[in-house]
Amino acid sequence: MEPIRILRSRTVVLSAANIDTDQIIPARFLTTTTRDGLGQHLFADRRYDAAGAARSDFILNSAGARHCRILVAGRNFGCGSSREHAPWALLDYGFRAVISTQIADIFRSNALKNGLVPVVVDAETASWLFAHPGAEVSIDLPTATLTLPGRAPLSFPLETFARNLLVNGIDELGFLIERDAQIGAFERRRLGA
Amino acid sequence: MDCVPRTMLEKIWHQHEVIPESADTPAVLYIDLHLIHEVTSPQAFAVLGERGLSVRRPELTLATLDHSTPTRTEQIFGGAPIAIESAARQIRALERNCALYGVELLGLKSEQRGIVHVIGPELGATQPGKTIVCGDSHTSTHGALGALAFGIGTTEVGHVLATQSLLQRKPKSLAINVEQRLQPGVTAKDLILWIISRIGVSGGTGHVIEYRGAGVRALDMEERMTVCNMSIEAGARAGMIAPDETTYAYLAGRPRAPRGLDWEQALVRWRELPTDGAAHFDREVAIDAAAVEPMITYGTNPGMVIPITGKIPQRANDAAFEQALAYMGFEAGARLQDKSVNVVFLGSCTNGRLSDLRAAASVLRGRKIAPGVQMLVVPGSQAVKRAAEAEGLHAVFMDAGAEWRESGCSMCLGMNGDLVAKGEYSLSTSNRNFEGRQGVGARTLLASPLTAAASAVRGRVTDPRELLNS
Repeated sequence: MEPIRILRSRTVVLSAANIDTDQIIPARFLTTTTRDGLGQHLFADRRYDAAGAARSDFILNSAGARHCRILVAGRNFGCGSSREHAPWALLDYGFRAVISTQIADIFRSNALKNGLVPVVVDAETASWLFAHPGAEVSIDLPTATLTLPGRAPLSFPLETFARNLLVNGIDELGFLIERDAQIGAFERRRLGA
Repeated sequence: MDCVPRTMLEKIWHQHEVIPESADTPAVLYIDLHLIHEVTSPQAFAVLGERGLSVRRPELTLATLDHSTPTRTEQIFGGAPIAIESAARQIRALERNCALYGVELLGLKSEQRGIVHVIGPELGATQPGKTIVCGDSHTSTHGALGALAFGIGTTEVGHVLATQSLLQRKPKSLAINVEQRLQPGVTAKDLILWIISRIGVSGGTGHVIEYRGAGVRALDMEERMTVCNMSIEAGARAGMIAPDETTYAYLAGRPRAPRGLDWEQALVRWRELPTDGAAHFDREVAIDAAAVEPMITYGTNPGMVIPITGKIPQRANDAAFEQALAYMGFEAGARLQDKSVNVVFLGSCTNGRLSDLRAAASVLRGRKIAPGVQMLVVPGSQAVKRAAEAEGLHAVFMDAGAEWRESGCSMCLGMNGDLVAKGEYSLSTSNRNFEGRQGVGARTLLASPLTAAASAVRGRVTDPRELLNS
């Protein structure tokens, strides 16, 4: 996982609420055994027509969107299935953060494990972001703050543990493996094994 | 023991804390049962390979094939190739990984194969007080037996394979108190859709739901599974129901349930699990089961749901609502009753159990499905299939004109090629009506097995109570 300290980017806005993981990456693209190359299928049913051509009316197909690293989305983003293919597809496309007023639990957990920063903001901030698509914003991980143009930095919830993993680009597996002795002691106590 | 009254969630959580959470660090939570399947596991096994790790507790890990697995008999048993090449590769990858890491696989031809959330309880592997995870959001199903069960992502699948543990923050608790009983013709599916209509598709976010009250006590085990299954559709990672005599009667004698003295000792432990009388929940919601009607969805998330006798609501200045109705080809204010359906799907981890098939068969017996309607009946497991065949349910379905398939997730998410065509209406007993869920442009109406069967007979959305009384 690539360490992240500061993300500065223009935003892409998908303001609809309840964007589910089936929309983010339809199930027919999950018959893969790797995590690579899913970006081409991100929002596939919105992005492409029946013939597979890019639909000009979908924001991710606009010229400006291609280099944006921050997605602003409506409430309850990432609801639905546990497929980690959803954050994999967003990351492979180029996104590194999602801003919403609410992010579904499993999606949030999956996002954090892959270096996709979940940023939960209040309704007023979301409204501003919806009204200013393409605004250049910055996310500072060490302080867990979001800065909108011309405004003071705004804190967002990100616990210290998750923040350290993101900033240092390390994953949880190493942390768990280092607890091997405690896990073993627990097993002896609980399972008699 | 201490005297602080605790919820069932707190008791199970505490029993599985390898290391308790602190302000800075999530808890290390021990996992008793790890269920895996072909779609969300290959990348996790790949991580084990890259890091030279083994599966810490293969005996606490159980694999099966369900998500991208065909339901056509010839592709399972007849030697015909699996139609989707990438799905076949996933199936072979799980077979290979299980062999390599010593994990038990209930494979393609196993009599115990089935949808992961159907076979766990059916085999007695799902038990009260266990922590159960699976790379699938409907893992909440297993909470019906008093387990703490939740869906995880593939990275976490790797964590559990390697360490039998997960890093987790303790969720908040939400009590849903269900009083009174369901009326005739109203099912557990209608109850959970009703609950979702009350608390919303994100109403349970950050919470574990405990379903409580006389209305829940009155449900049998399979009905409880249907309720807990769709907890995630309300945003809750887990749903649970305290174990009681119904639970113990269901579990007794199942292949992987404890026996003899072990059973007696387990019962003592399980009876300690239910939430203490004075325990505090972070939130409570009251539901009157007697008020629930047969429910049906009209939109593109399970919260867009109405009583089958009702009308699609009006919502001004809501672009997402309008888009959902446009996708569905419906108009605000319209009734759903008598709308044509093209496909009826009976199955899934929500409604693919024997009691679901019996309910649908009770409507279909002696009747035919309407001309032009395709009905697919996909048992939740091979055991459900055998039990249904033993009592002749398959003949009822086939005589009515439905297709009778091998078990799997099938048309619930359409990964295996069982798809609904663009623009067609599918009345489905599954759990998600998301855009494209059952196929590109497919329009899904979620409802109970009774409603599905009644609508198959008429070829139109039908209140099952009209056929149950005739």
